[in-house]
Amino acid sequence: MLDFPRWKVISISLLLAFGVMMSLPSLLGANGQKYWPSFLPNETINLGLDLQGGSHILLEADPADVATTRLETMEESVRAEMRRASPRIGIGDISRKNGVLSFMVRDSTQVDAAREAILPLTSGAGLTGQRDWDIEVRDDTRFVLTPTAAGLENAVENAMETATDVIRRRIDEMGTREPTIIRQGDNRIVVQVPGLDDPEALKALLGQTAKLEFKLVDFEADPNAVAAGRAPVGSQIFPYPDNPTGLPNIAVKRLGGISGDKLTDAGQGFDQQTNAAVVNITFDSEGGSKFARLTQNNVGRPFAIILDGQVLSAPNINEPILGGSAQISGNFTAESANQLAIALRSGALPVELKIVEERTVGPDLGKDSIDKGMIAAIIATVAVLTFMVVTYGRFGMYANVALALNLFIIVGVMAMFNATLTLPGIAGFVLTVGSAVDANVLINERIREERRRGRRVIQAIEVGYKEASRAILDANVTNVIAGVLLFMFGSGPVKGFAVVLMIGIVSSVFTAVVVTRMLVVLWVRRARPQELVI
Amino acid sequence: MRLLKLVPDDTNIGFLKWRNIAMAFSILTIIASIGLVAAKGLNFGVDFIGGQMIQATFTETETAPIPELRDRIGALGYGDATIQRFGDDNEVSIRMRLPADAESRPEAANEMTAKIVSTLKADHPDVRIDGVESVSGKVSSELFETGAYSLLFAMIAISIYIWIRFEWQFGIGALFALFHDVALTFGLFALTQMEFNLNTVAALLTIIGYSLNDTIVVFDRVRENLKKYRKMDIIALLDLSVNETLARTVMTSLTMLIALGGLIIWGPDVIFGFSVAMFFGVFVGTYSSVYMAAPILIWLKVGTDTFVPAESGNDKAERMDGPEQIG
Repeated sequence: MLDFPRWKVISISLLLAFGVMMSLPSLLGANGQKYWPSFLPNETINLGLDLQGGSHILLEADPADVATTRLETMEESVRAEMRRASPRIGIGDISRKNGVLSFMVRDSTQVDAAREAILPLTSGAGLTGQRDWDIEVRDDTRFVLTPTAAGLENAVENAMETATDVIRRRIDEMGTREPTIIRQGDNRIVVQVPGLDDPEALKALLGQTAKLEFKLVDFEADPNAVAAGRAPVGSQIFPYPDNPTGLPNIAVKRLGGISGDKLTDAGQGFDQQTNAAVVNITFDSEGGSKFARLTQNNVGRPFAIILDGQVLSAPNINEPILGGSAQISGNFTAESANQLAIALRSGALPVELKIVEERTVGPDLGKDSIDKGMIAAIIATVAVLTFMVVTYGRFGMYANVALALNLFIIVGVMAMFNATLTLPGIAGFVLTVGSAVDANVLINERIREERRRGRRVIQAIEVGYKEASRAILDANVTNVIAGVLLFMFGSGPVKGFAVVLMIGIVSSVFTAVVVTRMLVVLWVRRARPQELVI
Repeated sequence: MRLLKLVPDDTNIGFLKWRNIAMAFSILTIIASIGLVAAKGLNFGVDFIGGQMIQATFTETETAPIPELRDRIGALGYGDATIQRFGDDNEVSIRMRLPADAESRPEAANEMTAKIVSTLKADHPDVRIDGVESVSGKVSSELFETGAYSLLFAMIAISIYIWIRFEWQFGIGALFALFHDVALTFGLFALTQMEFNLNTVAALLTIIGYSLNDTIVVFDRVRENLKKYRKMDIIALLDLSVNETLARTVMTSLTMLIALGGLIIWGPDVIFGFSVAMFFGVFVGTYSSVYMAAPILIWLKVGTDTFVPAESGNDKAERMDGPEQIG
């Protein structure tokens, strides 16, 4: 019992000192940190959104949307390839029903050429040699392109990667500090933004796909048919809420438009004549020349500016726009124009994202929670400390030293891993105060018991530690099991609670068993007590 | 210096005498809890049934005008609002179902929030919005599923651990004790209609961990005594083990209750339900260690042969640390 080698004392003390040192930057607060020497580690605990205020938003994409978009893109590519082939391959009866793309090659002698032309479109991008699409020819001339599961999975993965980047750019543009943006599962993205003034603006920005298209207006279409939602051949109908003619819809030509994803810049401005808020966009060189061609060929005709499937405005092309920059007018306020500019600058989302979960905490509630949590923690700690001394005297003091060190170590370890302290995490702290002394209660009660049975002081202490350790170990392993499950299944703040609980369990076993034993041994060696007051 | 002793030395209370009555009582309370959950249902928060919760504080009003709010928000046409006091008298939580078209049109939920907030602000300029939570039906059913699984897995995983460390009878004893604690906590939430949310699941898992703590301390002593006193009757042996660990049980329960009492009285409102659940859990957890876990050991015929096979003779039983050799 009494042999507690010097190296053990030194290494335990060093470990404790390290834990306390790691905890100090977090405990000093922003003001105290100025005096903290810079050569020492200065990691601090993060405060969870429920404590500092902020928004947690879970976005979800529908994989079916990705499949639909992919089908549309495939149709465009097939049409383009067939036009480019020489001799040109005529196709017809194109359909995208049931998730597959099918079309007829008009001239059966061109079937092989058609297959040759679309083959590159259907091979996978990966190195595994897997195909993205299966090609099948039915009844000699009908091609059926079916997306493979691997190809679709890949497409969803890519779309989510891009979407995550786009979201990150958008939030950065908003100028918020320290956002957290992470993929979750196959088709979800978690966005956490602390200390936000206007959560509504964030949500509006995240919810906007920002797919911009320019298409020619089909002004020959029958207005009644358009109003009823029927499109003439070669045209399609889009809703147009701000239509000056009063009709709810507008018909535009399917072909000959360009998409607005080839932008280098977008910014909010004001129209020089009407002084209305507009968005100024600048195309890249490819987009610019396409736009120039479109406007050159259609002077005097209107074209529709379509955002996320809705027409913003349909201005007339007064003259060819050759400089590569254009102005988008619509029913904007300066704010909404700015928001659209941000969305366009950061690119369109490759897939529509829906907000499936939102948790916003105002900064006042967060501060209130911290204050109340701190008060509760301090009162609880003081009460438990007093209780321990009253009950176990000297041994209670040792347990209290261990408990205090334990709290420092928890903070230190959390800071080291940059862990997040949440509101349930504060509850975890308080609980740790209550349960960490359990190990010492077990040990001290056992020592009392062994003394009653007549063991000598040193023997009683030794047996007390030895016999109690087994129960302490078993009890704490079950707590760790519960903690691991909490961490695995819990979300957000509850995970924070699990982290505190688990760190608390491990460090409390260390401080309550190892550290108090060291303190007791050092005392026994020095004082050689013949009697124990416990 | 005289130290406080809450439990006198060498108590000899016949706890297990009452085991049949206690077991009948436990089974009754479990049935009552299940009945309460079935009859009154749990007051699920938005975490588990989806919907939206707005927390608001009326900064310059003593008491939040809850009936008026109910009427005003009900008139908006989004269905009935569940409005409850939340913490102080001037703080409320307003819970709504998500609009019917929210699944297809994500901005619908947003519009509802905006409308409710502007209604509140129009009538009460002093209102401060403290938080908004909005959970779609899909996510909430996932949270519900993972919550249920985590409780189930925790109970099974911990019982398996006990089985490995002790014997199968102890694992079953622990499992029943846990079932008792979880069932009664559910009953408490059904009875009081406190909001049942993710924090409650966290509390339940912590209760499971804590209750086990207690059970293990008793079991550990039972194991030790079974090896030590080879001829003692099992009921007397269980009584002895419970009595020997009684001082510790009381001390630890008290420190836990002190800490949790602090959280209930002074702690943040958001985790009030969590703290109450834990406080309650300390009681039922302590009770179940003695009156659920221990009697089951008797019925499953745990005896002196459970850890040390009978053939190994008596000399092994009279080991070094037997009390007979000291003094």
